[in-house]
Amino acid sequence: MDASQVIFILSAALIVASALMVVTTRNLIHAALWLISTLFGVAVLYALLEAGFLAVVQVVVYIGAIAIMFIFAVMLTRKELRDRGAQVNAAWPAAALLGVLTFGGLLVIFSKWDGLGRLPAEMAGTSDAMLSQLGIALTSPDLFVLPFEVASILLLAALIGSVYVAMNKK
Amino acid sequence: MIPLSWYLFLSAALFCIGLFGVLVRRNAVAILLSVELMLNAVNINLVAFWRYGNTASMAGQVFAIIVFAVAAAEVAVGLSLIYSVYRRRSTVIADELDLMKW
Repeated sequence: MDASQVIFILSAALIVASALMVVTTRNLIHAALWLISTLFGVAVLYALLEAGFLAVVQVVVYIGAIAIMFIFAVMLTRKELRDRGAQVNAAWPAAALLGVLTFGGLLVIFSKWDGLGRLPAEMAGTSDAMLSQLGIALTSPDLFVLPFEVASILLLAALIGSVYVAMNKK
Repeated sequence: MIPLSWYLFLSAALFCIGLFGVLVRRNAVAILLSVELMLNAVNINLVAFWRYGNTASMAGQVFAIIVFAVAAAEVAVGLSLIYSVYRRRSTVIADELDLMKW
């Protein structure tokens, strides 16, 4: 077992354990903090996959912006945080069964595929070269500039829409 | 060297945990938290297939970046909807938001 496998197993344990805490803990502030821990584990995996830019974006955008927004939302709806009644609905055994069945179904699909033991491909260049490749891919008209622009318009529309929805209309 | 299957199993587990959370949580903010778990599971898969496939094509990473943007948009709109509902009806419990239920 080499170092990367040890790192993978540690971060996978962190991800699964904190994801379970996110869906089961009663206190929503704690759930948001456990989500940060999950997101951090995923950032470690990106670094392990040699996608350094995505690891940084994961920390900056997900942990820095999205998780903080969740904490704001929990605090703005503080009264409900007092956990009136159960945190899970009555159908939770059926939902747990569905989750386990989905996982089992995915495992069956994986077992029928012969690429499971595949090892990492040769990197096409140094990490700096891959980063500029990513920038070119995002802005080149032959590649992904259209989805990139659509994503920016989506973000702008979401920004305006959320300001409008949350605005206090007297 | 980590085989591809490890990433696939991990993201399948993360996706199913998120699915469970979306289905069982009563608090609308917690449902959005679980959706984030599912989006992260998808992203792990996208980046893993980029790394284990053809690394010269950046499609996997570009898709992951677009998932980031969509997740940010989803959180912004979702949380402002929850906040707006909370101001009018003083609840964020999904069961009690039955205005449009027939």
